[in-house]
Amino acid sequence: MYLLMLRIRKFEEKVVELYPAQDMRSPVHLYIGHEAIATGVCLNLRKDDYVSSNHRGHGHCIAKGMDMRLMLAEFYGKKTGYCKGKGGSMHLVDPENGVLGTSAIVGGGLPLAVGAALASVMQGNERVSVAFFGDGAVDEGSFHESLNFASLKKLPVVFVCENNFYATNSHQSARHSNNDIACLAEGYMMPSVCVDGNDVITVFETARNAINRARSGKGPTFMECRTYRWKAHVGPDCDVEKGCRPREELDQWVKRCPVKRFRELLLDENVLPESEMLELARQVDEEIEEAVIFAKNSPLPSPTELYEDVY
Amino acid sequence: MDLPVDKVESTRASGPAAEGKRTRTYREALREALAQAMERDSRVFVAGQGVDDPGAVFGTTKGLAERFGRQRVFDTPIAENGITGIMIGAALAGMRPVLVHMRMDFLPMSMDQIVNHAAKWRFMFGGRVNVPLTIRCIIGRGWGAAAQHSQSLQALFVHIPGLKVVMPSTPYDAKGLLLASIADENPVIFVEHRWLFDQSGYVPEEEYVIPIGKGVIRRKGRDATVVAISHMAYEACKAAESLEKDGIDIEIIDPRSLSPLDDELIFDSVKKTGRLIIADTGWKNCGVGAEIAARVASDALGYLKAPIRRIATADTPTPCSFELEKEFYPSSEDIIFTVKELLNKSPLSPQPYRR
Repeated sequence: MYLLMLRIRKFEEKVVELYPAQDMRSPVHLYIGHEAIATGVCLNLRKDDYVSSNHRGHGHCIAKGMDMRLMLAEFYGKKTGYCKGKGGSMHLVDPENGVLGTSAIVGGGLPLAVGAALASVMQGNERVSVAFFGDGAVDEGSFHESLNFASLKKLPVVFVCENNFYATNSHQSARHSNNDIACLAEGYMMPSVCVDGNDVITVFETARNAINRARSGKGPTFMECRTYRWKAHVGPDCDVEKGCRPREELDQWVKRCPVKRFRELLLDENVLPESEMLELARQVDEEIEEAVIFAKNSPLPSPTELYEDVY
Repeated sequence: MDLPVDKVESTRASGPAAEGKRTRTYREALREALAQAMERDSRVFVAGQGVDDPGAVFGTTKGLAERFGRQRVFDTPIAENGITGIMIGAALAGMRPVLVHMRMDFLPMSMDQIVNHAAKWRFMFGGRVNVPLTIRCIIGRGWGAAAQHSQSLQALFVHIPGLKVVMPSTPYDAKGLLLASIADENPVIFVEHRWLFDQSGYVPEEEYVIPIGKGVIRRKGRDATVVAISHMAYEACKAAESLEKDGIDIEIIDPRSLSPLDDELIFDSVKKTGRLIIADTGWKNCGVGAEIAARVASDALGYLKAPIRRIATADTPTPCSFELEKEFYPSSEDIIFTVKELLNKSPLSPQPYRR
């Protein structure tokens, strides 16, 4: 669990480091600050369970077992990337790991997860779908349409709302008549909880119950995970300097860093000694360095590949 | 799916089937295609508003729910965008959904999932996934259906790479193209015309596919090429009979698929006749006719002996009053007038303002 959180954090930090060189030409929406959610949820999933994700999807993809080398290659527009350079940072897919695709249209991924769950029921398998989305998706009709249908048909879906309180720079209070997102899901007759999205243990346990419930045919569950993004909506910088958000708000959330909190818990409870943590960090750094080298050394697609894969 | 490709090409768009041949209506052909696809392939299912109600989408899904169960033939909430996304998700997870809309006018509600998702999923992800989804939708004409229950929106979808668009005009093509659409690995917008549902014609009992992207010559002729889409193929046939009496011999091409379009069939015909008229069920402005005209102007201009003409609905929303409908919708009369005009066989009256 710690390893996975660290992997996501360090992967994103590497993107921050590399991005200013301007050879990674794809808009990046970084997951820093949200790590506990993808980690806590995905560690409960089987390889063949489905995940739909959004523009801020790097964390979900890593947590679902995707290869950081192929992800970075994709960000660099390389032929060896997950999507042969046609998707970029916002569009990642991996059918072998159940990743249905990351949609950069807000709310677009929810129905896909519901549809995959419908297929699971029709095929009589026990695959569960997880839809990851932000509080912005709650504004969309597809959110309500998806929740209604999943509940109507008792489909094996877990809706995971990562509420970081901002859709681009619009605060939730400027968009939602009811700021209690979890409460909306109750209206669709499904169990719904609001949890601290920066507490990986809580997320893990809540997700485990929800996923077990889905797998046993009892229908969908809704999880609102409150968290905060450290970086701007898009790009490697922070937007606090631009006045997009109050600095004090960010500072407070940084103090509640999910990785740091879990690290402290592991140390306090003597689960993992510091030396082993350092070793894990070294291992992750190595993996990421290898991914960077792979991505940078990979060939670009040839112009004629543009015309492939339309149909 | 390995279905035989039928080589029979009906040269007539309408009328009684050849003697001794099996005859079915357009609606029966659609229903038969759905039943056969579901019978053979457990991945196929049918969803949409009213597919299991007594009306059964103008009878095209009648009996399917009883035969295949309501898990495979089911009603949906009126949530076009969400339901379309759900069908895409099911397709990604190995199913082959057929989503049915009673009116094409409801597709704009699902533009996000069709345009931003279904059409993009294969390309955007480097060909690693695909969306085998068929979206059936129905256009109509007349009886005061007015602006929100009548629209021929095919051009909107033809514009989008990653989508296929088909518009069958005969029972034979309805069955063959529906089976082809369900078997296709890509999203297909399958556009039916309500005025065709009662038309009957030859429909083989066995399964067969009409290749998507392949048009057909409905009538061979030498004087002018009329590319006639969906119901306009009937209007063109009517026009041909009348023109024949005046010694004018038109060639009618039914493209059947609008995306991909059978360019070559059209070019070859234009090279022979030197005149082109496109009769569409939709609007003229940026319509399918404009695209066909542009392709011919680009690739076969030297063969043209006359300007290209487009016959389309007036560039206004659809009216209700039957008096206004008569003005709005083109008919065989418009085709006759335009053909004669291009052949300089009618007094050169100014073009009607709407054409």
